Amino acid sequence: MPIEHIETLREGEDQKEKLKVVERSGVEPWGRDASLSVVGEPHTRVEGPEKVTGRARYAYDIRLPGQLYARVLRSPHPHARVRRVDSSAAEALEGVHAVLSMENAPDIRWYENSKLFDSTVRFVGEEVAAVAAENEEVALDALRLIEVEYEPLPFVTDMLAALEPHAPAVHEGGNRVGEPKLYERGDVATGLEEADVIVEGTFYTQTALHNCLEPHGCTASWDGDSLTLYESTQGVFEVREQVAEKLGLREDRVRVVKRYMGGGFGSKQIAWKQTVIAALLSQLTGQPVQLMLDREAENLAAGNRNPTHQRVRLGARSDGTLTAIELEATLGVGAYMVGGEASNVGGPYQRLYRCPNVRTRKTAAYINAGPSVAFRAPGYVEGAWALEQAMDELARRLDVDPVELRRKNYADWDQKKDRPYTSPESLRIAYDKVTEAFGWDGYRRLPADGAKRRGIGFAAHEWGGAGHAPGYAWVKLNSDGTADVVTGTQDIGTGTRTGLTQVAAETLGLPMAQITLHLGDTAQGPYSPVSAGSATQATLGPAVRAAAADAREQLLQAAALLLEVEDPETLDIRDGIIFIVGGREYGRSEVEVREVMGRMAPHMILGQGMRGPNPEDKSVRTFGAQCVEVEVDVETGEVTVLRVAASHDCGRVINPTMVNSQVLGGVTQGIGFALMEERILDDRLGFVLNPNLEHYKVPTVADVPPTTHNAVDRPDPEANPTGAKGIGEPPIIPTAPAIANAIYDATGVRIREAPLTQWRVLRALLEKGKSDTNNSMERERR
Amino acid sequence: MHDTTVTLEVNGVEHSLTLDPRRTLLDALRHNLRLTGTKKVCEMGDCGACTVLVDGRAMYACLLLAVDCDGREIKTIEGLVRDGELDPVQQAFIEADALQCGFCTPGQIMSIHGLLNENPRPSEDEVVRAVSGNLCRCGAYRNIVKAGQRASELSSAS
Repeated sequence: MPIEHIETLREGEDQKEKLKVVERSGVEPWGRDASLSVVGEPHTRVEGPEKVTGRARYAYDIRLPGQLYARVLRSPHPHARVRRVDSSAAEALEGVHAVLSMENAPDIRWYENSKLFDSTVRFVGEEVAAVAAENEEVALDALRLIEVEYEPLPFVTDMLAALEPHAPAVHEGGNRVGEPKLYERGDVATGLEEADVIVEGTFYTQTALHNCLEPHGCTASWDGDSLTLYESTQGVFEVREQVAEKLGLREDRVRVVKRYMGGGFGSKQIAWKQTVIAALLSQLTGQPVQLMLDREAENLAAGNRNPTHQRVRLGARSDGTLTAIELEATLGVGAYMVGGEASNVGGPYQRLYRCPNVRTRKTAAYINAGPSVAFRAPGYVEGAWALEQAMDELARRLDVDPVELRRKNYADWDQKKDRPYTSPESLRIAYDKVTEAFGWDGYRRLPADGAKRRGIGFAAHEWGGAGHAPGYAWVKLNSDGTADVVTGTQDIGTGTRTGLTQVAAETLGLPMAQITLHLGDTAQGPYSPVSAGSATQATLGPAVRAAAADAREQLLQAAALLLEVEDPETLDIRDGIIFIVGGREYGRSEVEVREVMGRMAPHMILGQGMRGPNPEDKSVRTFGAQCVEVEVDVETGEVTVLRVAASHDCGRVINPTMVNSQVLGGVTQGIGFALMEERILDDRLGFVLNPNLEHYKVPTVADVPPTTHNAVDRPDPEANPTGAKGIGEPPIIPTAPAIANAIYDATGVRIREAPLTQWRVLRALLEKGKSDTNNSMERERR
Repeated sequence: MHDTTVTLEVNGVEHSLTLDPRRTLLDALRHNLRLTGTKKVCEMGDCGACTVLVDGRAMYACLLLAVDCDGREIKTIEGLVRDGELDPVQQAFIEADALQCGFCTPGQIMSIHGLLNENPRPSEDEVVRAVSGNLCRCGAYRNIVKAGQRASELSSAS
């Protein structure tokens, strides 16, 4: 690949010397008005037939000859020393092939400095032992036979309590994770002095559980000193690298395969303990081992969205101009930092609105609970919950339309990086489109009578989703004119296979059906990063386009010989036919791709492509906004979302069907976050009361209202050569605060604690009722 | 536990199985018969991913013991394709993009089949009720409802 530039630099905490590489494909971006025939079309999912027939093989569905099944014994204590593990009875049980615990496991470091099976457990659900057996039933029987002697230790599960002096220490050295992270521009004190109005509030967001329907897990199988892992993961290369390091294996001897996965949402972007446990059990037994988590383990030990506590202050002039934004945030990260948390709760405060004086400070606390990990738009969902409600309060205080207040404080450049956006107009277009589609005409201020009150709410967001280098793709043109497109990325259900196939088809001039896209296998495809950060289409799309362009160039060279034209650039390809642009008077003017490739056989054409860098002088971001209407039953506290309108910017829309589905999914999870999803942890006992789908409520079909999406639909050619940006995470960000704002519109009650369950709404209504009564009595007394 | 013998009729084929009497229908399908299209998620009847048809009715396979299904007619997602052609519900799911990761999809499709067996022309509300016990974490619900209605149209047309 053409390396344009290479230099040494030092980065990270260890200041390790690295090589900074800039690769460039030389592919010209598709212009805003480029005439494209496949890209932009609403193709159905290319893997649809596999998924509707049950043929799609997920990690959970792997069945290898002689495969064993593993289950994990987990700590019942939030904090304890493990004195002794006696697994002799379990080992003696018929059908049991191996047991692993701290008594016999190799010394592998896992989270921070703890071991794979540590002698101290720090949350309910932490791994204590694992059994491989003939089947799951026997494995479960064996777990019951393992005797463990624990010495319970003091624990703390509330993030604010954890930061108090003398709180039980989750780790030696205290419960604060590193130094607080401070961001500051201008001077907030001056900004607050300049303000005519100050809005203040303390907000809380809950611990939310990903609940991917397919749990984390894998099937491990050894062949000599080579290990294959069939893993439910968002990052096959990340898992390979981490497992190779932990087990001391060469990277080329570890193969990670993920064809299909049942949801990820951020929690599957790292290697977790169970993968290495399965590999060790397989090594011990000499047989393949499948270790999938059960639902309880999935909810205790495989990641969650960290809870936050946010103190927010906004200052504004009487005309609505923001003069100060301040955030003091505390996060509970669980018992360990696992990598991949990425919870940038201050993010929305730093960029979404124009403001010269901004200060955000974030303190993370260890607690005796399962570790947190990124969950769809980590940090931004939590940050927007507070910021967008505070903006709503400010609009109320100033008596202006909340959309107008946002327009008034429009940020058309990236204030954090101090550079222009590639799409400074996108948020404005989103405001226009969503308010028009919804019929937004300012708050309702409906008369407050009857039990059922309706209200409307608005919220905005900005997010990354630019994609990034590196990322590679190959295109192989076969002798029958078909093409294999090979990448090392993964489709986590977002439509990556379809979107990338469209980019390849567009560039090659081949019908979609002539192309097969390969992904999710470290042994077959070149490196691609983890599918996270709404980056996959924007990272791999340009790489696929570059590889296809490389193949196309070679193909046209060969076709030029057959068509007897000197300059291959006078040729074009459409629907598998290469033709002379403008035709010719005499002789042959077109040839099928199949014929060219057939004549070359057995030679093939191999195209290579990679993702070039993002622009250095501009900032690539995504934007959007949503309006919702709710109905609140003030007698029961029940909230019904009646409709949602959304408008999101993802640059060029590669496939409107996939984009709209991402928006529907984000809005659905946003409704869950707003109204029902909450891990309940008993702070006195230290365990989770609802690690299952019975008591942890996720939205059902009956909870999701009609939802429209009017995409901003503006290609962003400065972002990358396809002009497309991410859409996976953005739609979840504004839904919850828009619902909270709508509830305020309906009832006059501001609830800063998520989720807005029936009892929270009822309690808030009751408190408001009391204070309203007191106020009117007060007035009467006067 | 001592293994026991059971005869399951799955997708029109009889299978005589020897299994642990604790084994659920779901595990019998996924392990003994290698029919992994039916998915395992919650193992306690909360999510609907394991929905299959038992004597034509949509049921959660994780809440049925295999031994209790002796002699009953079971249909799974693998039994829907006829002569290599997708059936109308499967087609409708693809057309309406009623799936993302696809893990809940077999269960959703079997629930719609259960509905159409009883009620070939369901209303939107009836489709919603039929899949209200099938969780979709990706949030394809609105499209699943569309697919259910579209499937009813396609079925009556064919």
